[in-house]
Amino acid sequence: MTDTHTSHDEHAHDHPAWLAHHFDDAEQQFDAGKLGMWLFLVTEILFFSGMFCAYSLYRSIHPEIYEFASIFLNEKLGAINTGVLLFSSLTMAWAVRAAQLSQHRLLIALLGATLGCAAVFLGVKAVEYSHKWNLGLLPGKYYVTQGVPGVPESHDPFWLQVLCAPAAICLVLCCIWYFRSLTKRDPVQRLVSGPILVACLCFFGGVGLGTYLESLEAGHGEHAAAHVEHGHGAHEHGDSAHSHGDADHKHGDSDKEKTSQSVSTESVAVKMVSTTTGIPGQSHPDQVFVDPSKLDIQNPEVNQKGRAGLFFGIYYCMTGVHAIHIIGGMVVISWLIWKAARREFHSKYFGPVDNVGLYWHLVDFLWIYLFPLLYLIK
Amino acid sequence: MSDSSHAADQHDAHGHHDGEFSHPAPLSMLFTVFFALVALTFLTVWQSTQTFIDFGAAELWITLFIATVKAGLVIFFFMHMLWDKPLNGILFFSSLIFVALFLGFTLMDAQGYDRTKEDKDTLKESLPMMVVAPAPTEQK
Repeated sequence: MTDTHTSHDEHAHDHPAWLAHHFDDAEQQFDAGKLGMWLFLVTEILFFSGMFCAYSLYRSIHPEIYEFASIFLNEKLGAINTGVLLFSSLTMAWAVRAAQLSQHRLLIALLGATLGCAAVFLGVKAVEYSHKWNLGLLPGKYYVTQGVPGVPESHDPFWLQVLCAPAAICLVLCCIWYFRSLTKRDPVQRLVSGPILVACLCFFGGVGLGTYLESLEAGHGEHAAAHVEHGHGAHEHGDSAHSHGDADHKHGDSDKEKTSQSVSTESVAVKMVSTTTGIPGQSHPDQVFVDPSKLDIQNPEVNQKGRAGLFFGIYYCMTGVHAIHIIGGMVVISWLIWKAARREFHSKYFGPVDNVGLYWHLVDFLWIYLFPLLYLIK
Repeated sequence: MSDSSHAADQHDAHGHHDGEFSHPAPLSMLFTVFFALVALTFLTVWQSTQTFIDFGAAELWITLFIATVKAGLVIFFFMHMLWDKPLNGILFFSSLIFVALFLGFTLMDAQGYDRTKEDKDTLKESLPMMVVAPAPTEQK
């Protein structure tokens, strides 16, 4: 697209630079581009349907594994990310309007907001992923059976640092780029590097938000086991005063048909497991484990490599491929910001914004299904 | 929903000037759809955490229904499907038909095996990693 400017200016035709010469008029160009974009979106949907097929096949055969494994997905973080993506869809749809109305500054601001939301999404996702990797919630044969006393738990920030490293590199490069554009007084470069710099900062904002929410969820009191009950999705978090008795009571609520055990013996059992895996009274926010005797599942055998491990394989494939699409979207939105900074869009030429918008809404569309299917399993 | 259709009217009223093919979406419509989507997100999270009513097996279908309403709002309003060329809509919805066929036939096949309990136990012992379908207890 961008090459057409230079090549067409050389042999002067009687059409504007933004209209490729093989189209009759602007509307035909727009419609052709949009048809191609919809075709691409169709291939995307069919591509994702393969993963949805794996998901639904495994769930139809083993619903109990999904009930078990979704304990470990933090639905608060998922809901926040849903909200962030919906907001980015709003700013993207608004950006299309701004492009049609030639509101160049507003268009850059809205595209920048979309980029920032995408970065927040990835930041929260990085916290989720690194937290799971620390717990050994890995795909397939790498899955570590949860709740076994003596299994070392890593509270290492290593994986979060690994996931943050590319964003940190981008941040440094964007800082250099931004200050160079300031000193060179290049308005186009300043308008491009500014929003991208803000987006890099947004990633770390997302990491902070995710870490905070994750610590809210897990950092209560010394009884990390209670977290599993809370994380099971059926109950709201109370405040820090929740005790074993409380957790046991709720546990009993959610599982009436199971033979009820004595509350006191269970408390003792949990306490013993707690003390073997961590220092009492000093539990780390990451310290989450499952006491197999307390699990609200029909058969604890799901908690092993071939079972829950397969769920996490599906989880990482679906959310990971979705995250790759987010990153791809960020690249094309950055390209749009560059074109918008050159004030290229107007009421007859806004196809690129519209088509990237369609792609971005499709990414949102996929997350709308992924979020309840992965995080909100009762 | 009535708000959305109101917004749609406004959208149609937006000018069809000569040679103009851009139809800027009114901000009122975009914000209405956004807040509807956020409200539906709260609804689906609340539904999955509430303990008053146990919908049992219908839980999944309620969740999917809410997700489909949200997806529809995104497709029809944010992606301008309502004002788009019919061909684009046909393309998109035909892909959904093929997805339905794909998932439908796979699930029909997955549920099609009537394994006895003995089969399952032998399979479990010999191949602990293998996926074993639950015995359909209520059938026959």
